Parts: sequence; C-alpha cells; structure tokens
Amino acid sequence: MTAVYVWIETFNGKALNSSWEALGAGKTIASALNVPLAALVFGENASAVGAEAGAHGADKAIVSEDATLNGFRLEPYAALLSKLVADNKPKAVLAIGTARGRELLAASAGDTDSGLITEATSIEVQGDGAVKVTRPVYAGKILSEAISSAAGTQFLTLRGRAFKPNAEGTGSAEVSTVPAVLAEADIATKIESFEAEVGTVNLTDAAIIVSGGRAMANNPKDAPAGSDAAVWKAQDGFTNVIQPLADTLGAAVGASRAAVDAGYIPYAHQVGQTGKTVAPDLYIAAGISGAIQHQAGMRSSKVIVAINKDGDAPIFKLARYGLVGDLYAIIPALTAELKKRLGK
Amino acid sequence: MHVVVFTRSTPDTAAKVEVGANGAIGWGDAATVVNPWDEYALEEAIVQAKNAGGKATVIAIGPEFNNESLKHSLAMGVDEAARVWDGALEGTDSLAYATAAAAAVKKLGDVDLVICGKESVDVGTDQHIYQTARKLGWTMLSYVSKIIAVDYNAKTIKVERLLEQGKQVVTSKLPAVISVMKDINEPRYPSFIGIRKASKAVIPEWSLADLGATLPTSQSKVTQFMNLPAKNVQVELITGTPEEQATKLVDRLLEEKVL
Repeated sequence: MTAVYVWIETFNGKALNSSWEALGAGKTIASALNVPLAALVFGENASAVGAEAGAHGADKAIVSEDATLNGFRLEPYAALLSKLVADNKPKAVLAIGTARGRELLAASAGDTDSGLITEATSIEVQGDGAVKVTRPVYAGKILSEAISSAAGTQFLTLRGRAFKPNAEGTGSAEVSTVPAVLAEADIATKIESFEAEVGTVNLTDAAIIVSGGRAMANNPKDAPAGSDAAVWKAQDGFTNVIQPLADTLGAAVGASRAAVDAGYIPYAHQVGQTGKTVAPDLYIAAGISGAIQHQAGMRSSKVIVAINKDGDAPIFKLARYGLVGDLYAIIPALTAELKKRLGK
Repeated sequence: MHVVVFTRSTPDTAAKVEVGANGAIGWGDAATVVNPWDEYALEEAIVQAKNAGGKATVIAIGPEFNNESLKHSLAMGVDEAARVWDGALEGTDSLAYATAAAAAVKKLGDVDLVICGKESVDVGTDQHIYQTARKLGWTMLSYVSKIIAVDYNAKTIKVERLLEQGKQVVTSKLPAVISVMKDINEPRYPSFIGIRKASKAVIPEWSLADLGATLPTSQSKVTQFMNLPAKNVQVELITGTPEEQATKLVDRLLEEKVL
C-alpha cells in the first residue's frame, strides 16, 4: 500500500493539536499524488486517536497499542516506523517538528537511507512527485529551498503553526493494527520519572507571546537587602507584571537572551537564535531592544507590539505598534484594560 | 574512558547573513565561531573525561575553516582533535554526514560516549546527530539538561532531558550519543596557555578512505538560498499616558483580530 504517512504525536494518550496541522500538509501531498493519507499513531489510546484522525482528514490509520510504546521512546518508535517504511514504501512521511518528531523522523530516515528535510514552512508538489520545501535557515535570516528524490520515501518535518489543519469533518479512517517491532528486553532506555511543567503555555504552540528583556531590571519596587537587586527586580517583574498579562491573554511568556543570561528567567523561555523560534499571531516585546539574534526568533510573528523606553531601539523597525515608555507603567495598564475589555 | 564531541564553525549569531547576487550565502566580515550549542557539548566532554580519568576527542566534519573551532576546543581543554573532509562530502546531505561521523567514531575504537550540541545554529538542523546514533547502532538521548550518573564500567547512564511538556529522567546503556542543552553547564573560556598550545597543534585530516567509509547516495539537496521577502511594516506609534496607550493598543489589537 503506497500512501502518505503522517505521524500523530500523542502525549498521555492525547493527540497534540499541532499534529492535525501535519495532517493538513499531508493531505496536500496525498491529493497531488493521488494516494491515501494514513495517520500513524503509537502508544496508549492509539486506536481512539487514529479514529479521531479520520475526522481530521486521514483515510487510514495505522495504530499500535503495544505497552512498549506507552510514552515516547526513540528506540521502539523508530524501529516500528522504519519497518513500516521499509515494508510499505510510502511516498512521504510527515510530522510536526517537535523534539520527538524531529528525532523520530531523522532516525527512521537514517535507518532507511531516505531523504529528510526539516522545519518546512511551505511545500509544493512537483510534477515528478518530489516535494519542494522552503525552510528558514540561519535562524530565519534567510530561506533555503530543498528537495528530496521522489524515487524513495521523502521524510519531512514541519514548522509548527506554518500549515493549516484540514477542516474537521465527519470522515472516518479505516483503522488497522500493527505489532511492535522491539520487545521490552531489547529497549535500552527506561523512563524513570516525568515532571510535567504545569500551568505554562508552550512557546512554540502559543498564539500570543509576551516577552521581557533586559529592562525588566528597571522594576520600581525596592529589592530586599542582601539580594542581587537587578535579578530580584527582574524576577519579580516577570512574576507580577508579565505573567498577569500573559494569564489575561492566555499567552506564553518569552524572554530575550540578555534576560536569560542575566539570570532573570530560565532558559526554557528564551526566544531567538539560540532559543526558540516562534511565530505567534501576537508578539508583545517589553523592554527588549531587538538584537538581531532576538529578531531571528520572532520576526515571522503576525503582529508585533514593542514597548520600550528608547524610541530608537531596533525592535521598532519590526513592530506594527510601538509604545515608547516604561513597561512597568504600560503593562499593568494594558492588563487592566484587557481584563475590562475581554470581560475577565 | 573515551568521549567524542562533534563541533563545527558557524558565522557569529550577531552577523547579518545575506544571499549574494551569485546565490551564495555571505556574512560580510563577521567572524566564524564555534557553533554556540557546541560550547556546552565541549564543556561537558572535558568534564566527563576529567571525572572518569579518560580522554576527550573533538571532531569536525567539513572544510579547513572548521580548524578554527577545533583549535578553540583544544584551547578549552579537549585532549585531541581531528577533521574529516573529502571532496565526496561536498554538497551531500545528513545521511552522508552521519555515515562519515559514525565511521570516525569507529576509527577511534574505544569510545563510550558521543556528545553533540543540540543543533547547528546556522542551518538549523539536528538530524545528523540522531542519524549518527542510528548509523552507529547506539542509544540516542537528545535534549539532555543534566547527566545525573554515568558508570563507564557497568556501561549505564542516567540523564535528565528537557522536553516540551517537562523534565524526563531516563536510564540507558552505553555507548550512547547524547545532545545537550544550554542548561547543562557553564562553558569555560580558553586559557592563555590553552590558546598558545592549541595554536601550535597540527590537526590531522581524515579522508573517507582513511575511515573506510562508503557514502550512501544523498537523497535530498538544497536547490537555492533566498533572501527574506521585504517586510513592509510601518510602525504606528501609540502615544499618551500609559492608560491612554493601553486603551488605544487594545482597540487596534481587537481590529487586527489577534486577541
């Protein structure tokens, strides 16, 4: 059975919403090549998620609920994907380029000596069936166009939020079950524990991001004696000024490298060339001057709002709306206004 | 105990990168540096080798300008360096890189652990890391934020990994390939003595024949580089008291339908 495969990433038995974007891109390729679109779902609850994929445009679902596949581990997942690819020679395998999607598709492309192009932001199927891909490189400073041979299976990982999911319909997928390839005894990696980050919105999935920079240290509050004043002020600002705005908007909190390097906020929040690349609908940059490394990570945001004391800061060149002033005066006013207007 | 770390030279992240009229990527007179992610890998390799009384070797796959990052690695305190290059690698994909990288590790023979930075900051790829692990047939542990325990005799490793939804602790077997995150350590600066020693180092160059490697046919290729379409944003400055600024901004954002 030749097809286009899309790996549906699950977490605790639920599909990641962004996986439906991959089915959307998969549909474009499957339609152009006139082959069925198959969702691959591994692990707990795979059959139910496979059925759900039908409503999101999949013609088929290939599922495996073997206990070794509960909780993503590269070895059993890659072994199964590589076997499916070797046996069935799909035209393409797609996934959203999350940490797991990136390593799974790379491993399987490596196992099967197939072409792989990562972080696609647009795709175009050529006459011979090859998929031409555009992807940002140098952290979004330039674009690269790449193509894989149509003779083999073309592996593609997709940038989150770059492709639209199929309209959710009443379609159903024909679900088939496959066995796992590796037995537990053959898997070296064992998951010991998992500590979920609670209450935070994932930066790369976020529709709105509020980021703070170096100027977070200009908090007018007095730092307690004995503390590093700049660090205390900035941390207090992230907790008591930025976070309430983010909570009001359902937004994720980001930061510039300057803020992370100064110890104001953990690295997981860093946006930019050595942090995360994001493309939300709305990006609010507070007290961020807009160094080229930061711009690289957020310049494809749809609407950028810059709040900065320095009207000459480079961030205003990217921004749609610019507010010159003190973030410690503007952000609380903005939070209050939004609460009123959004009825929260 | 022997740890291998991979690195490469990339343009400074502050550089303005553009595609020239000839279609080639240029970054003016900006310096090339060690791929920033690799600094954490180099630091970790030095620490791991020291803790276990072993040896760290750094390898770059690429043309001669990569010697710069190899010398920086030596100056930091990595014991040995080698560069793999061959005309046949020019213009190839990650399958070729991974094949050459795996062959280089096998040439060294006694390697327990391979450490890589999370990704290459220039081309934005990490696939070569995972494919190197698969070509070696070793365990792959990505996004490692802490090595909790490692036992080179029992061949076991326990690490913390930073994933999208939280922190995972896993145990696995050696030999393994790991990729490390910024959180794992604080990379050291090269010492003066280190820099002087490294400047005199002669770095061996290994060809594919030296490694006994045969490349798989590349299945994907870059067809062109393009500058970004000009972004014509005209900033609208919103003035007034903070409260007035807030009201006007919310008006605009509601019109833009982004709330």
